[in-house]
Amino acid sequence: MTDSLSPRDWASHPAYIDPGYKSTGLRGPKQPLIKLPLGLGETLGPRFGREHVFEKDADLTLNGRVNGEPQGERIIVTGRVLDEDGRAVPNTLVEIWQANAAGRYVHSKDQHDAPLDPNFFGAGRCATDDQGVYRFMTIKPGAYPWPNHFNAWRPNHIHLSLFGPSFGTRLVTQMYFPGDPLLPLDPIFLATPEVARDRLVADFAIDVTQEAYALGYRFDIVLRGRNATPMED
Amino acid sequence: MSKLGQTPSQTVGPYFAYGLTPTQYGYPLKSAAGPEVEGLAQAGGPRIRLEGCVLDGQGAVIEDAMLEIWQADAQGRYPGAPSGANSSFSGFARCGTGTAPDKSYRFETVKPGSTQAESAPHINMIVFSRGLLSHAYTRVYFEDEAVANESDPVLALVPEARRHTLIAKRMETDQGIVYRFDIKMQGDSETVFFDV
Repeated sequence: MTDSLSPRDWASHPAYIDPGYKSTGLRGPKQPLIKLPLGLGETLGPRFGREHVFEKDADLTLNGRVNGEPQGERIIVTGRVLDEDGRAVPNTLVEIWQANAAGRYVHSKDQHDAPLDPNFFGAGRCATDDQGVYRFMTIKPGAYPWPNHFNAWRPNHIHLSLFGPSFGTRLVTQMYFPGDPLLPLDPIFLATPEVARDRLVADFAIDVTQEAYALGYRFDIVLRGRNATPMED
Repeated sequence: MSKLGQTPSQTVGPYFAYGLTPTQYGYPLKSAAGPEVEGLAQAGGPRIRLEGCVLDGQGAVIEDAMLEIWQADAQGRYPGAPSGANSSFSGFARCGTGTAPDKSYRFETVKPGSTQAESAPHINMIVFSRGLLSHAYTRVYFEDEAVANESDPVLALVPEARRHTLIAKRMETDQGIVYRFDIKMQGDSETVFFDV
């Protein structure tokens, strides 16, 4: 629970309708949002933490193995989940899903002509520790084409879903990789206000990198924090 | 003190199912939460199904949306509430729209009680989908709570002509009580979404 909740900062989040990302045209709400006074339904939330995480869930190089190691470049993705005041968000569930090294998702609707990897499932989860730290071992996802426009390719990315302390802190986002040449061409990344785009790009981190095994990336996630304004219910 | 910037929201995309709703879609991973709220036996009150479709601006059914609900139990107690919480009731469920023949979502839950004297029973809901860059919050109120709905402070903030988009229709079926709540992302009866 949060005793209060700072506003969703719309200067940091994409607008619902974006001319570059075509699917938003019929799916994004057009009417103005109605400001909701905060009550228990917003400041309380479902409790998902350690008890929802099982062994191997945070290691995507292990959790899909059938008869060998998954193909691709092993990476470590870690960071802290924080609120806007820099406070750690402990024991909260982080769920991820991603394409394999060839840019193919396990999802049955993904028809991209790239190979599935029998030893890579591409989804995992972990809970943050007392300092808000999460950590995944996985394979660097490949880029893949999508039908938004001619020759459209999504940059390498990992999808993340987080709860935080309340229903109001819920966040689904995507983590991108530094230096990806597809980033300046990607309508989903570009739909994000420019001032906030770099918050979606992980940092390469040599201190996270594991000698002779896997490159490391650091990606901190900032959820809504507390507000001085008292709640109304 | 300067604050850290919020991490921007990004769309859940078309391929969330094996990560967020794997059990429902038949993938070999146990979902953190499914379409049935946990602890219904201890929740009290009448069991209900909440179902509906998510429709785009042309009225087409969206087959790759995901809904989450969060609610109080039949006595109006939220899990984790400072006083009088019901610890065995999760109050939360998650459902994708890709598995039912009509691409509806279907939640199994209980009808929540009022959390406050002046507020009408309701279920909090979040919509995610491909083409939705930021998740959208809405609320499900109940057709058979007309008196309570009249005095609900949140419904009072909604222009009267749009309030009906937040009211689920009650149906008695051979499978029990079903509340129907379609979500229209755009159009003449665009569902009311909230800035939470």
